[in-house]
Amino acid sequence: MALDQAKREFRQVGTRPNRPDGVDKVTGRAQYGADMTAPGMLTGAILRSPHAHARIVSIDTSAAEAIAGVRAVVTGVDFTPQEDNFLRDVQENCMARDKALYDGHAVAAVAATSPAIAKAALKAIKVVYEVLPHVTDVDAAVKPGAPIVQAGRALENVPAGMSENVTNACEFGHGDLDAGFAKADLVIERSFKTAATHQGYIEPHACLASFTADGKADLWCCTQGQFFVRTLCSAIIGMEASQLRVTPSEIGGGFGGKTTVFIEPVALALSKKSGRPVKIVMTRDEVFKATGPTVSSSMDVRIGMTKDGRITAGEANLRYSGGAFPCGTCDMGAQAAFAAYDVEAVRTYGWNALTNRPKEAAYRAPGAPQAIYAVESVVDELCQKLGLDPLAVRLKNAAHKGTLSSYGPTFNEIGLEATLEAAKAHPHYTAPLGPNQGRGLSCGFWFNFGGNTCVSLNINTDGTVGVTEGNPDIGGSRASISLMAAEELGIPYENIRTIVADTNSLGYNDVTDGSRVTFSVGLATIKAARDAIAKMKARAARFWGIDEEAVDWVDGAAVPAGPNAGKFPPLTLAEIAATSPQTGGPIAGHYEVNVDGAGVSFGVHLVDVEVDPETGATKVLRYTVFQDAGKAVHPDYVEGQMQGGAVQGIGWALNEEYIYGADGRLQNPGFLDYRIPVASDLPNIETVILEIPNPGHPYGVRGVGETPIVPPLAAIANAVSRAAGVRLTELPMSPPRILKALKG
Amino acid sequence: MVKVKLWGTLRHWTDGQAEVEVEAATFKEVLDRLSELYPGLAPQIRRGVSMSLDGVIYREAWFQEIKPGQEVVLMPYMQGG
Repeated sequence: MALDQAKREFRQVGTRPNRPDGVDKVTGRAQYGADMTAPGMLTGAILRSPHAHARIVSIDTSAAEAIAGVRAVVTGVDFTPQEDNFLRDVQENCMARDKALYDGHAVAAVAATSPAIAKAALKAIKVVYEVLPHVTDVDAAVKPGAPIVQAGRALENVPAGMSENVTNACEFGHGDLDAGFAKADLVIERSFKTAATHQGYIEPHACLASFTADGKADLWCCTQGQFFVRTLCSAIIGMEASQLRVTPSEIGGGFGGKTTVFIEPVALALSKKSGRPVKIVMTRDEVFKATGPTVSSSMDVRIGMTKDGRITAGEANLRYSGGAFPCGTCDMGAQAAFAAYDVEAVRTYGWNALTNRPKEAAYRAPGAPQAIYAVESVVDELCQKLGLDPLAVRLKNAAHKGTLSSYGPTFNEIGLEATLEAAKAHPHYTAPLGPNQGRGLSCGFWFNFGGNTCVSLNINTDGTVGVTEGNPDIGGSRASISLMAAEELGIPYENIRTIVADTNSLGYNDVTDGSRVTFSVGLATIKAARDAIAKMKARAARFWGIDEEAVDWVDGAAVPAGPNAGKFPPLTLAEIAATSPQTGGPIAGHYEVNVDGAGVSFGVHLVDVEVDPETGATKVLRYTVFQDAGKAVHPDYVEGQMQGGAVQGIGWALNEEYIYGADGRLQNPGFLDYRIPVASDLPNIETVILEIPNPGHPYGVRGVGETPIVPPLAAIANAVSRAAGVRLTELPMSPPRILKALKG
Repeated sequence: MVKVKLWGTLRHWTDGQAEVEVEAATFKEVLDRLSELYPGLAPQIRRGVSMSLDGVIYREAWFQEIKPGQEVVLMPYMQGG
């Protein structure tokens, strides 16, 4: 659905009304995952492996089952093995079968009449483990003789002779690298490492499952995608999708981490076995140990540049680990690494290696922040050593329309140059810096996509409108969807209520991911509104006794299309709705589509920091985000995405990391020891929204949710390196690591 | 005939060719012809691929028409968070 060239003036899109869920959230009325209850509900709890890698020799649940109040116990044998590799991995991540693959891997679960009884039952389960050697570091995992996490999982694309832990390999790029590097006046090659980090959503995973005696089930859970939860759970439990209704709760953060299941199949299995509703709520410790952090990475990057700042060649080797199960995130990192640049010769290689860590889940633009951190760090160092302005070098090499991208396609219209120009013109870029202070810059890139989407739009007889969509609202999408419906229908925003439906109320909707919701659901909403408008115009035509084609829709009312159509006073939406029972029945608009044309997205981040040479602590002084939103439907929420990405990136760059001990156990599974930024750590994050219309959307909307997490790691690393006077090559740049670098 | 650009990994199954030609008018026909002509590509195609058509990425659109002269690039199936 192409951009409406005629519609560039907006009355409601682009305004900042209050979000419709705001009052419920600030008054505590909003229903999150853990708020769901049901009569007769049991408490579910999960026993987790204390070992990083162990064969499960036996599990004796008899003592637990004998405890009064225990109504069900399940282990891996209660789940039918899956033939499909993807489903098998999801299932065995929820409940181990033969081996525990990481510290915190689920091995058994109970349902009991109280939390205390459930806890006692977990203690009564006797698991005999054969402890196996483990590996948690990606570089160690690919060395000869490393413990094999899972055998036989390599895809056909892995070259012969590599460690059995390597499950996936990829290569992208074009041009003659040798010739490119030969043209360079300076070539820099550096190695980088990044720690695994967690999305840090405040709401732990929670769900309530209720199986009935006739084989139907209901599941309430906090998720980014109720339909995908239904797909996974119905397959794992062995039931028809139609018999499982999944209802999403409000969601207290997801960022990609709630795009799969961890506890939901377990709660369903316990409910099926006990015949009672079962609720499971993860503790924070469980969230860290047994949900999905990012990949950890080890990367080598080599870039050549001429004295005047032209990049002549670039090469990157990315070694990612997505934990104990195969993962394809290296594909995304390898494609994104050099996407911001117009380079004649570029090559990226990616590998995934198994380690004894939890299974990776998405975290906004999965795989891109790490790769772009490494590339942008080397570009910055080249600028430093050649005495070049880093922004001018980005502009000189910026990808633009007609650039052969590093991942294959030739770019169409893209907004990178405009975004860089906005950064160049901003006072932040030329503001003076003090002692021990440094300024960092980075470009970022993400693909964005659309996906399967359904919207129903009901015209109520009182002239109000209900919009039903199928994507949990993570970042204010109900407000944005209502704004687009209001814009199209020509009625006030306050007359529209948008709700998120359960899986029986709409056709399949893809997960809330890929920066897709405002783009895709917005597009479907516009089309559903136009469908409803066509029906209302038909009713007006009947009133007036003219052809439907002779009716227009203007400012929320049907009007004759011109003088030849006749002279009739406008019939408003409310007037048509009020008489709908008498004129043919209810009026509704619908649209179902698998949307494409999302359009890639670029952002530029600019940050000033001060490094304390005594303590190694870094203070972020000023931060500005520049990003093309296509059209900012509700600018507050666009800015919120930009600010949130910057803040999460500050945490990732400076403090956050999964720390494993020599025993392979996670040492910091809590917010006291896993340090995410809080308000007092941060300056106000300034934002500059650019609006270069996306030709693939009627209003020009472009996804904005993921790109903001891509540039911060590099921008902050470049700022810290300039402030400290030494190049930092490992994240997080925690005070001890900075002090070590300062001491050489 | 449609010229299809492949990412580096896939060239192992096309005798090193970075670009191959197939008789196809839609995304689905491209996938079917590639699987027939280069069976080594079939596992990746089954796992999922996306297609860029003149720079616009199509994630799954089997019936997307391909017009003569358009740039067709095969890409891994898009993921997001």
